[in-house]
Amino acid sequence: MTAAISDDRVVSKSTRRKERGLALLFLAPSLLVFGVFVFYPLIHNAYLGFYRTPPFPGLPKTYVGLDQYKDVLTSSDFFDSLKTTVLFAVMTVPVGIALGLALAVLAHQQLRGIGIYRTFFSSTVATSVAVAAVIFGTLMNPQVGLLPWLGVNPHPPILQNPTWALPAVAVTTIWQTLGLTFILMSAGLQTVPDELLEAARVDGAGAWARFWHVTLPLLSPTIFFAVVIGTIFAFQTFGQIDLLTQGGPLNKTNVLTYFIYTELIQNSNEGKAAVLAIALFLLTLLLALAQIRFLERRVTYER
Amino acid sequence: MARVVLEHVTKRFDGTTAIDDLSLEIHDEEFLVLLGPSGCGKSTALRMIAGLESPTEGTISIGERVVNDVEAKNRDIAMVFQSYALYPHMTVRRNIEFPLRSRRVAPTERDQLVSDAAESLGLAPLLDRKPAQLSGGQRQRVALARAIVRRPEAFLMDEPLSNLDAKLRVQTRAELVELQRRLSATVLYVTHDQVEAMTMGHRIAVLDTGVLQQVAPPQEVYARPANLFVARFIGSPPMNTVEGRIKRADGALVVELPGGHAPLPPPIARAVAARNLDQVVLGARPEDLRFGREDGVTASVTAVESLGHECHVACRLDDGQLVIVRQRSQADVPKPDEKVRLVAAPEVLHVFDPTTGSRVDGDT
Repeated sequence: MTAAISDDRVVSKSTRRKERGLALLFLAPSLLVFGVFVFYPLIHNAYLGFYRTPPFPGLPKTYVGLDQYKDVLTSSDFFDSLKTTVLFAVMTVPVGIALGLALAVLAHQQLRGIGIYRTFFSSTVATSVAVAAVIFGTLMNPQVGLLPWLGVNPHPPILQNPTWALPAVAVTTIWQTLGLTFILMSAGLQTVPDELLEAARVDGAGAWARFWHVTLPLLSPTIFFAVVIGTIFAFQTFGQIDLLTQGGPLNKTNVLTYFIYTELIQNSNEGKAAVLAIALFLLTLLLALAQIRFLERRVTYER
Repeated sequence: MARVVLEHVTKRFDGTTAIDDLSLEIHDEEFLVLLGPSGCGKSTALRMIAGLESPTEGTISIGERVVNDVEAKNRDIAMVFQSYALYPHMTVRRNIEFPLRSRRVAPTERDQLVSDAAESLGLAPLLDRKPAQLSGGQRQRVALARAIVRRPEAFLMDEPLSNLDAKLRVQTRAELVELQRRLSATVLYVTHDQVEAMTMGHRIAVLDTGVLQQVAPPQEVYARPANLFVARFIGSPPMNTVEGRIKRADGALVVELPGGHAPLPPPIARAVAARNLDQVVLGARPEDLRFGREDGVTASVTAVESLGHECHVACRLDDGQLVIVRQRSQADVPKPDEKVRLVAAPEVLHVFDPTTGSRVDGDT
């Protein structure tokens, strides 16, 4: 640090200007890509939110300032959708992580043929949302599905049932993201030194105490990372909603992304969609910031 | 405290034998050092006693109890790891009390035991720190405190000093010895460092390729190594060993060496004759060799290393074998390329059977 400061004093103004130019040159490619695909759309989106889309196409847009933001973000539609989104995250993230961790702990054992299980457990990483949705859509289909055949057959059918539709989509999502969670947790488990677990064994800790007092605390950064990533994914869920429930029944699966989509594509209300998109962006940003803060403050565990 | 007994213990990993038929008793209140080069199986032996590995054959007992089928957590032993294996997310206090919490010791008793252990190792001011905030020496003491806090039947130490710098190691060595005496502890101490073994152990058990070579007090291991491996492993610089043919001269046996010959003392000569050996390996500690005037084995000096209080003179025999002579610095030290004659008193010579490597002792 001190070296850099004294360097600054020595380096003349013209060299510094030259170096700044060089830095910009190197940054240019990524700035260009981010600018075109991220910053410009973001700013334009915020700008679109200032204009109310006319009820019929062809009429001029009217500038309303922050009025539309206020209207949309205080509406019960938005509130319901936000509630659904949060509920969906609450249903998917903790269960998904607990399952992923459980599988990772199982697959961490030194057993013959454990590689086969590891491959199985991580295989959903290579499964697309569409495939997952088709599999679970079929499983829950009232005519040919396995679940109705096994007697799980509420009325109305699962995916049209206001109580069960969201949990059903959540289960599909948990299954589909399980591979990634499993891989994350497996990687985390490998960072826990064997010697610590051996020391705990000699110190008189049973298997459960070792997991609870040694493995889990050392895994906490990984778990926190998985929570944030999982929540961001949950907030951006779209494919399985579109393929399984289209936001229904009674808007019970109308998460924010799907809300944005219907406002923009079906209702052609780009002003309202823009406001919703900005809201989703800010929520995601908050999560990302929380994670960066945590990772920065995280203690580096030395052996 | 209790004794620890290994009887005919063998450990095989997928075809390789790590420990081969090891029988060893660590007496009650004894400090026994298990010494050997890396990969000799000494850590495996320790881990089997701890219960972290199970023996393929043989029995292990702690006290009067056979522990082969006893879980590590129920063996009532404490272990100090080379890396200390401190729990990084816990404070020093939590680290030390972890074994007590695992055994559900009552909180008031626990606090007392923790402060006693911390006090005796000078850790009292550090109890609220995390391991990452401690120096290497302090971490090492936390690991010791965690081991002594619950008064186990025996202590197992796996190279506990090897992560310390040289100066701290000497100091900690003395502290460990004192701690062992104060607690009257049964200690099995694994190391590859012969200085630690010589200075700390009541007895040394030398292990090589999974086979026990010798168990004896340090002085005896040094003075009467049981075989060539021990002879060459203990001592720095190591014992000089030269192979030679047995010849009969004037009714006595002598060993013919490149550039001269060495007479055998009568008791050893009789033992050599009884075994019908016509070749032996002759061993001499560097400090047992001196430079002679008329007699002795001819050699030429190649290098002189001065260490201040002594110097090591490297000489080559006529066939090129290297021999080290240790001398006081004040003595008349030869110069490089000088021709010298090497002499040793017959009674300080060590004689080994070249085929088995085992020591040939005179009848007494």
